[in-house]
Amino acid sequence: MKLTLKIWRQRLPKEKGKFETYYIENVSRDMTFLEMMDSLNEKLIQEDKDPVAFDHDCREGICGCCSMVINGRPHGPGTEITTCQLNMKAFKDGDTIVVEPWRVKSFPVIKDLIVDRSAFEKIMAAGGFVNADVGSAPDANSIKIPKDKSDEAFDAAACIGCGACVAACKNSSAMLFVAAKVSQFALLPQGKTEGLKRAWDMVMKMDELGFGSCTNTGDCEAECPQGISLTHIARLNREFIRAGFHKAAAENK
Amino acid sequence: MSNFIQSSIGKKFIMSITGLFLILFLLVHLAVNSMIVFDSSGELFNNAAHFMTTNPIIKIVEPILAAGLIIHLWWASMITLQNQIKRDNNNIGFKRYKIRKNNSTSKWVSRNMYILGTLIIVFLVIHLANFFWKMKFTGDPLLAHDSNGVENAYALVTSAFISWKWIVALYVVGAIALGLHLYHGVWSAFQTLGWSNKKWRRIFNGFGIFVSIILGGGFAFIPLFVMIKSMI
Repeated sequence: MKLTLKIWRQRLPKEKGKFETYYIENVSRDMTFLEMMDSLNEKLIQEDKDPVAFDHDCREGICGCCSMVINGRPHGPGTEITTCQLNMKAFKDGDTIVVEPWRVKSFPVIKDLIVDRSAFEKIMAAGGFVNADVGSAPDANSIKIPKDKSDEAFDAAACIGCGACVAACKNSSAMLFVAAKVSQFALLPQGKTEGLKRAWDMVMKMDELGFGSCTNTGDCEAECPQGISLTHIARLNREFIRAGFHKAAAENK
Repeated sequence: MSNFIQSSIGKKFIMSITGLFLILFLLVHLAVNSMIVFDSSGELFNNAAHFMTTNPIIKIVEPILAAGLIIHLWWASMITLQNQIKRDNNNIGFKRYKIRKNNSTSKWVSRNMYILGTLIIVFLVIHLANFFWKMKFTGDPLLAHDSNGVENAYALVTSAFISWKWIVALYVVGAIALGLHLYHGVWSAFQTLGWSNKKWRRIFNGFGIFVSIILGGGFAFIPLFVMIKSMI
């Protein structure tokens, strides 16, 4: 396949970036999108040009590194896949492909297609953890958890923190990410110790870091490589509103 | 509590509560308006309108309703503005992405609630000037009282729809904008209040579509009905 690539190039975080056009030949239909990017970079290095910087690590859809908006969709066309799982079969010979980084104020561009997602880590540090006893490991299944609850907690825990939800959201809202992280603990007895404080602290941190608010459009859910559902956002809302009332009641005492 | 209201979810909470309250008003409003369709003498509608303007409960609810509407508008403007600032237009002017394809992943209606809301407000101002202002303050020769002191609101409303086709068109557009706004707004309100889950999400979605068809369709039907009836 012959392809035309329009890729966002930005040398430094504060520098003005622009789209560069590249032509690439001999792209196999069996390549993944990242392998195609690798072959482009090999070509650029041979031509003594600066290769395109992009994030990648596991290349099996678990690490959540490969953040690219491809032809207007985070992680490219297709549902429930990351960029590394995107196959070049999704494109036709002669196609023009536009590749951009996540464009989110809270995720500043480091270089080209790499963005700084440490805002997610700050949200996690604000409440995305459980208290655990030190000492020997407890017996397996010593805490009884109903199957439906554990299944739903597991669905939420599938979040890989890639940030596609924020990139897809018209408001750059991180609600789906925070909802998944709150849900996975709120559903399980192990998460009850921190209780409502978790939802409160994480949402306050999210607001502070400059993410937008949720308007329930559903773009996040559709673009999530792990298929995390909007119902987790409803659970986060529930937890947060309850925390708000508890706080108000405590203040009045 | 102030922390709660200033948070992103708190702001949306206010939007949901005021939105659902405004829907309750619209349902009562549509019920009163439907008397125009059911009674061609206009007596039923006039009595209902008279009851709605003189009833002490309504007199208490009226300022609350106005406050609810103003809060809904004000908060919507604040949220929309803040969200516009928070999304990045990283070096490429107003457009955030060079290409953005989200027609398959979300509905146009859900992304343009503020535009639809603005359309509804423009309609509302004209609507209030047409009827509410005349009935409440300036009066109109068509409103002549009968022996019981009941104004002839029926004459005012029907003559407007019969004499001016553009008013009918405007009311239909307003009703469609309202219907589309509620198509996303109703389920979104329940979702924001945190009442949704796997099962109830579908129920709220269905309920939202039902409410939007009833209110949007109902308010569009009445002016069309009056106009078409006068033409036959």
